[in-house]
This record gives sequence, C-alpha cells and structure tokens, in this order.
Amino acid sequence: MLTIRRELVEAMIAHARRDHPDEACGVLAGPVGSDRPERFIEMANAERSPTFYRFDAAEQLRVWRAMDAADEEPVVIYHSHTMTEAYPSRTDISYASQPDAHYVLISTRDPDTHELRSYRIIDGAVIKEPVEVVESYMFSHTGADDVPDAP
Amino acid sequence: MAVNVSVPTILRTHTEGEKSVEASGDTLEEVIEDLETRHSGIKGKLVKDGSLHRFINVYVNDEDVRFAGGLAAAVRDGDNVTILPAVAGGSATHERP
Repeated sequence: MLTIRRELVEAMIAHARRDHPDEACGVLAGPVGSDRPERFIEMANAERSPTFYRFDAAEQLRVWRAMDAADEEPVVIYHSHTMTEAYPSRTDISYASQPDAHYVLISTRDPDTHELRSYRIIDGAVIKEPVEVVESYMFSHTGADDVPDAP
Repeated sequence: MAVNVSVPTILRTHTEGEKSVEASGDTLEEVIEDLETRHSGIKGKLVKDGSLHRFINVYVNDEDVRFAGGLAAAVRDGDNVTILPAVAGGSATHERP
C-alpha cells in the first residue's frame, strides 16, 4: 500500500496536466527505509514525447546524489500516460529497476478526471496496490503507529 | 589505474552488498572487465552486444559516458565511476527504435 500526503498527489497531477500531451515524470524522495514520500522532485522528460519518458541522465545524477547526501531514496517514481490508462506498459515494466519503489501512474487522457494508481514492479511482475491519501502522516496507519497502545 | 565505482542497489547482489568497489583500467571497458573478474555477472548487467546497455547510465565523475565514447571512455587514477539504472518507460507498447 502507498500512503501519501494529499499535497504530493496534487503536485504530481498538476505536473502531469501541465506537460500534457507529453508524458511527465518525477520522483518523490523520502528517508531511507521509511516508505514515506516527503519531497516532490519534478524531472525533465528528456524524450519530450507523448509515448515515452526518460529522466535526463545529468539531472538524474544530481538528484540521486542529493538524495544520497540526505539519506533519502526514491520512494515513488511517477509518470503520466496521456492517451492510455494508468497501467504499466511493457516498456515501463522492462525499465523498472527499483523493486522497493512505488511506481505511480497518472492518466490524463480524460481532460476532466484523472486516474492515479500505484504499482510495485518486481522482476517483471506488476502488483497493483491501494493508495491511501492522507492529510498528514502523523495520523495515518503506518510504521510505528501500527503498534498497539500500551495497556 | 584505480578508480572508485558506485554500485546501485539493484547490482549489489554482485558486490556482496557493497555500495562502492575499486577497479582498475584505462577505459570504462577495462574497468568493467576488471570488475567482472571479482564480481561475476556484473558485466552482463552493464554491457549488451558490445555496448552499454540502454537501461543503464554510467558516469565518469560527472560526465555521462554516452557523450564521452561509451565503453571507450577514458578513466584516470582516482576517477569516480557511477552506475545508475536509467529511469524510463512510457505508454508505447513497442520498443523504442
């Protein structure tokens, strides 16, 4: 399950709408091991294409180094599909190299409503997962909050 | 010529979990050959049909080797070689030409 703050969801959707009809892409970084997206990083689509995306290699190096320095990792990797549903394509699956990341897809094919879905992609297998949108992680049922209160 | 190679999570199964390893060579190709002698299987993840795999980005210091000769890119003593999986995809169902 992906638990994610509402403002991060809104930022991804706004980016996808802005770049439509080209595919938009980016990363949500979070503390290593936390599974908690915190920092929104919009990436350039080096392909500038309605059917492909690729992180600009130089920008990716800078962003990955900054994450390393801050003890962060890519918790969410997102991109948009502008003409098809929010389901990983064969190309998406062949490139997916981060088994710990949530792959978020946003479809902007309908101008009025968007679809946003999250997947794990592990060794070529696609696993759809629920998305819980929260106002704050403090009150969401994740991590240490799952530990029952002491009697 | 000793260089430092940063290894991404997905390839650390070949380096006993190490984030960075040492290697030697005058070109990226020689560095990868040297890595393969101690970290068996890593070459196959980086090189396909005699050139760098398109799923992989390799940088010497801050430079993307695609613009520096690919496998023939020169490396010098003390250089940092960084390997990152490319992040790419898209809605097209066919492979990019």
